Amino acid sequence: MLDIVWLLPALPLLGFGLLLLVGRRLGDPRAGWLATTLVAGSFAVAAVVCAGLYLRSPHDRVFVQTLFDWIPVGGLHIPVAFRVDQLSITMALFVTGVSTLIHLYSIGYMHGDDRFPTFFVYLNLFVFSMLMLVLADNFVLTFLGWEGVGACSYFLISFWFERNTAAVAGKKAFVTNRVGDFGFLLGMFLIFAHLGSLDYGTVFGHVSSLSTSTATAIGLLLFLGAVGKSAQLPLYIWLPDAMEGPTPVSALIHAATMVTAGVFLMARIHPILFHGPDTLTVIAVIGAATDFYAATIACAQNDIKKVLAYSTISQLGYMFLAIGSGAYVAAIFHMITHAFFKALLFLGAGSVMHGMHDEQDMKKMGALRKWMPITAGTFIVAWLAIAGVPPFSGFWSKDEILINAWDKSAVLWAVGAITALLTAYYMSRQVFMVFFGNARWQEAADAKEPQEAEAQAEHEPAAAEGTADEHGGKDEHGAHGDFRPHESPWTMALPLVALAGLSAVGGALNLPINKSTEFLTKWLEPLFGSSLHEVTASTGTKWLLFAVTLVLVLIGIGLARAVYLAHRIPEDDLEPSVLRHAWYFDAFISALVDGPGRLLGAWTAYVFDLKVIDGAVNGVATLVRDTGGTVRRIQTGFVRNYALAIAAGALALFAFVVFRTA
Amino acid sequence: MTVPGAWYLTLAAFLFVIGAVGLLVRRNVLVMFMCVELMLNAVNLTFVTFARMLDDIGGQVIVFFVLVVAAAEVVVGLGIIVAIFRRRAGATADDISLLKG
Amino acid sequence: MDWAVFIVAAIAILAGAVGVVTSRNPVHAALNLVLTLFGVAVLFVAQQAHFLAVVQVIVYAGAIVVLFLFVIMLLGVDQSENLEVEPLAGQRPAAVGIGIAALAALLLPILFGKWQWLSGQASVVGPAHTGTDPNVNRLAKALFTRYLLPFEATSVLLVIAVVGAVVLARRPLSSERRAETVTEEP
Repeated sequence: MLDIVWLLPALPLLGFGLLLLVGRRLGDPRAGWLATTLVAGSFAVAAVVCAGLYLRSPHDRVFVQTLFDWIPVGGLHIPVAFRVDQLSITMALFVTGVSTLIHLYSIGYMHGDDRFPTFFVYLNLFVFSMLMLVLADNFVLTFLGWEGVGACSYFLISFWFERNTAAVAGKKAFVTNRVGDFGFLLGMFLIFAHLGSLDYGTVFGHVSSLSTSTATAIGLLLFLGAVGKSAQLPLYIWLPDAMEGPTPVSALIHAATMVTAGVFLMARIHPILFHGPDTLTVIAVIGAATDFYAATIACAQNDIKKVLAYSTISQLGYMFLAIGSGAYVAAIFHMITHAFFKALLFLGAGSVMHGMHDEQDMKKMGALRKWMPITAGTFIVAWLAIAGVPPFSGFWSKDEILINAWDKSAVLWAVGAITALLTAYYMSRQVFMVFFGNARWQEAADAKEPQEAEAQAEHEPAAAEGTADEHGGKDEHGAHGDFRPHESPWTMALPLVALAGLSAVGGALNLPINKSTEFLTKWLEPLFGSSLHEVTASTGTKWLLFAVTLVLVLIGIGLARAVYLAHRIPEDDLEPSVLRHAWYFDAFISALVDGPGRLLGAWTAYVFDLKVIDGAVNGVATLVRDTGGTVRRIQTGFVRNYALAIAAGALALFAFVVFRTA
Repeated sequence: MTVPGAWYLTLAAFLFVIGAVGLLVRRNVLVMFMCVELMLNAVNLTFVTFARMLDDIGGQVIVFFVLVVAAAEVVVGLGIIVAIFRRRAGATADDISLLKG
Repeated sequence: MDWAVFIVAAIAILAGAVGVVTSRNPVHAALNLVLTLFGVAVLFVAQQAHFLAVVQVIVYAGAIVVLFLFVIMLLGVDQSENLEVEPLAGQRPAAVGIGIAALAALLLPILFGKWQWLSGQASVVGPAHTGTDPNVNRLAKALFTRYLLPFEATSVLLVIAVVGAVVLARRPLSSERRAETVTEEP
């Protein structure tokens, strides 16, 4: 039963190939249905493989399938091999599951776009790469998937590349990822240099032969890769800009799957991290710092997607905090619940944008729950989950992380707890601004109406054709005075409902009531072994911490309500411009690159390259030429000089021969 | 009493050196050739001396051959000189320096 | 008696050699060369190499020097060379230096009585003056038995030399005259 694991990446790859060849002919929507079906097939295979794995005894749950030898070079053998264990199959399950829902959603969202089939080509390629990343049995194959998702992310972010901002954002994502990938590569080189293999089985079996400092170095380098891919400080700058891509892309890649690749990698290399524990501290600190930093920024953003982007960065910080505290299961748990509610939030935002005629500014929305009930309902479920309100899934996963953080360091716990407050605050702020309160869009439209009516009379014929919006979908919206937000079609609503259900009950995966309800822990524990941190806090402490977090969450929600619903505190007090501009970090980096970076480049090109390197090369040539020029003066052309030389040489020879016998 | 062989050898050495210096110093081609003949004669003298000292007729055989080859060499050498002088009269060894690097 | 012969011959040889090297006129140089050759012939006789002495006079002094004089006469190379000036810098001092060094290298073994360094084994080919055979016989015996092949080779060499001389020195045919466009201006 486990032998069919190769089908998992093969099906999306097949989709990629087919759509590449005949996608344009299949068109909208058949190309989308083909892609969705294949990914759903992958999900089914994943479920079967998982069942097969479950049927084995808990300590026998590792299965390696080798397809073929990919890189046989001297002492280096890299096969294309898949490793099925609890971690990889869990990841595969939720990747394919969420991907299927998002594929389905995209059929509706991208309807009318010129390049509809191409979108699904990229989506399928993405799923393939992600599955390769997750299922690989060696570092190089993981890196293949790693780079693949990076490339697909580039394609998809700049999908509407005619917009300059989108093209730039795609480039930024790729380049920033590259900085992280540099760390990944160096880590791989170190591993190979010390252990002679890049195979997970071999490497993890011999980790104890590494010195602590080497293990720490490797851990830190691989973590650098994770920092780039999972948008932690300081390489997070690509993620907010990545919102230029279509919303399903944001949902799939930047919320649910690609950004979690970094967390997955850290979980995968847990033996190395265990052997070099300083790395864990670094990971925890960076995770906590990013967590807080991104949450503060999210509190002041007005773009519906930017809030969610910073929220993703923040929640990823939580996951790294968990990894740093040794709580691998908690990290994976939060990854899964986060996938559910964050995907839901993004898809919901996409639904709102679709219904609001592509408006993204939350200041221009309001009271949408009356017009978009399904979207509103599911969005609210996701809100409660991410804020950490019991019994929704986010509460359980977040608190498990915080308890493990408490064991590591009270300071880290405090940062995490305050961020929980901020998370509740900004998410509530978003929900209140979009779905509750006054219908600001209607007030704006009403204010414009008198002028519009006059303009209408003159431009009737042109207006009757309607303006082509990005989806090419013609107007249910009608002319300006008749604007009404509307609910989305069933292909978009169904995934929302499904994800809402999962966000609601997802906590059941790992309820901390007693050992028997902690399914996820039981499932993953044999894999992590001694790396997994055992919570040492007493039950009393645990309940106290639960309570404290809950109180903070309620304070956050209450504060948001006071500002945005009841309007008792003016908004601008709590939205300083430093937060709106994301602590000016992007501007800082631009200044750095433009100033010192440019100078460095100029120096390297015009001074170092021209004078030193060219000088060395030309210098060699000049030296040879000048030496030749000097030596050639021996050739005077006069026979008598040559005779002199011969005489001298002959004399020397004669003397040597004669006098050596002396 | 016979003259010891060492004297002959010394004489031959002097003759040889004089010939060598003359070859290097003179510019007239024919005089240079004559200096070569001097050197050959010095060598002949040496060989004959050794033939006597070592009681070996081989030394004289060598001289025989040297004589033959020297004659052939002079013939060809002078032929070359004639050919060169046909182009321009009054050429000296210094005039042929086309191979200057 | 032997000493007197040796001394006279030696003086003749050295005088002739110096004369060759220092004569301005090539004809004078040729005549000095004859003097040297005669001296060498005398010394050959003194060393019991009678055949070679005769051959030396006939071939060297008789044929080769005559050949030199013929060429001098035909080509008018009798202009005097200016010996004061040396166009090539450093040539004379270098030549003298080499000469002195060579002399030292050659004389040192002799002076220290170590001429064994310069010589080989005794009686490799055959005895030179023990026994009763005359010199010609001994030479002939060695030449025509042991060294027959080199002997024949030298005959070939002579033929080649003759052919070469003829080719080099003849007047060019009319067909070649048109082809000769080489100039030797430096």
